[in-house]
Amino acid sequence: MTGWRSLLQPHRIVLMALFAGLVVWCAVSLRWDWIPQYTPLAIEGAWRTIWILVVTTVAGFLLAIPLGLAQAIGPWYLSVPAKTFCTIIRGTPLLLQIWLLYYGLGSLFPQIPWIRGSELWPYLRQAWPYAVLALTLSYAGYEGEVMRGAFAGVNKGQLEAANAFGMPRFTMFRRIWLPQAIRNVLPTLGGETILQLKATPLVATITVVEIYAVSSRVRSDLFIVYEPLLLLALFYMIIAGIIALLFRRFELKTGSRV
Amino acid sequence: MELILDTLGLAKSAELLSLSPPGWGGNLLRGLANSLQIALGAFGFGLVIGLFGASGKLHGGVVVRDLLAIYTTVIRAVPELVLILILYYVGTDLINQAASALGYGRVEISGVVAGIWVLGIVQGAYATEVLRGAIQAIPQGQIEAARAFGMPPLMLMRRVTIPAMMSYATPGLANLWLIATKDTALLAIVGFSELTLETRQAASSTRAYFTFFLAAGALYMIVTLFSGAIFARIEKWARRGQPSLREAGK
Repeated sequence: MTGWRSLLQPHRIVLMALFAGLVVWCAVSLRWDWIPQYTPLAIEGAWRTIWILVVTTVAGFLLAIPLGLAQAIGPWYLSVPAKTFCTIIRGTPLLLQIWLLYYGLGSLFPQIPWIRGSELWPYLRQAWPYAVLALTLSYAGYEGEVMRGAFAGVNKGQLEAANAFGMPRFTMFRRIWLPQAIRNVLPTLGGETILQLKATPLVATITVVEIYAVSSRVRSDLFIVYEPLLLLALFYMIIAGIIALLFRRFELKTGSRV
Repeated sequence: MELILDTLGLAKSAELLSLSPPGWGGNLLRGLANSLQIALGAFGFGLVIGLFGASGKLHGGVVVRDLLAIYTTVIRAVPELVLILILYYVGTDLINQAASALGYGRVEISGVVAGIWVLGIVQGAYATEVLRGAIQAIPQGQIEAARAFGMPPLMLMRRVTIPAMMSYATPGLANLWLIATKDTALLAIVGFSELTLETRQAASSTRAYFTFFLAAGALYMIVTLFSGAIFARIEKWARRGQPSLREAGK
């Protein structure tokens, strides 16, 4: 275990001791008595953050595959709209996109009678569908660009070999092209998923109560600033670490990391 | 002109976006100017941090390297929004404590300075990584040659390292600049009147949400496309004298 031994260098021990001292100082001198009262809310918020993260990355990635394919090999009437979509998503702030969807669509829908009468209306009156939609489109926009490169980067000879064996085009796509494209960009996808995690607190601005919103509520209820923010930073670091570990396991399993 | 707007049904939007007071165009442009000012400041501040951070990561002692590793890891794992709040409160607290220690009263910190400080520290972490990669990509022989001629370290940095790494660093720095312009939108949440917040205020007082948010989106797009063109020129300039990628592949 060289990993553990490298932690035992003298300067690292000093740094760790300093850090431990800092943690103890925080635990003693800051206020933590509010934690039990807010725990249920925090768990609910954390669950919502994770749920939004998982749903939007999966849906966004599924959208990104056709976007990348259209840009890589599509005819101009598919590739131009796909490229425009990716450029617009990547060129404007996510906060603006979220507010455009929530306030824009949210002010438009009530004026249309058949939407008000439809069965979806109870959902459309809440904030989370707009949050999920905005984050999904954003992830799709960024990943569409990544997947374009990934599809273009797969060795042409393999596709030709599949063609030569008379493999149907969809089977070829499913068995050869897509798996290799994903394998090549797994490290990038891991980084992008952490970026997506870091984008989730923005939905708190449109009244979705996830973990960031819970911490803001503690801040405004009790007038304490640092304690909830430090815990929040810790939460995001743990989740980011888990995402990084998961992707590393994928990478080892698929052999994209040699 | 008016005829075209009328036929497209955009007369009302044009009126709302006009630059003189009944319209909100002036406010949006003021917000854009604020955003750009902060983005430029933060990008510059981040570059300075990045330059020191990269040289610390490459040549510093063990302690400096470990501290820098913690800095870049933590900044890149925590959402910008949370960092902005933490750094904003830490910064105002520190300045107020310093001010009261020196015998002044509470200091009101300008939004621009706070924005540059907060976003600059965030940018610095990314810039450190970009510049470190770029410096490592320089062929070692060039630096050794400069050392062999007895060039002092600062001159070596100015004459060899920085010019030689420019071509490797520009794509990453272009990305960072775009992130900086878009991250200024987050300052809307701490109540700083940059483009996104001005837009929201205009939109909610006129109820014309689509008009204003689309207009702001267009402004951000113009900035993005314009800086893309500028960075393409910078990269071309930085790569002058190097074989193009296509020739190098042959």
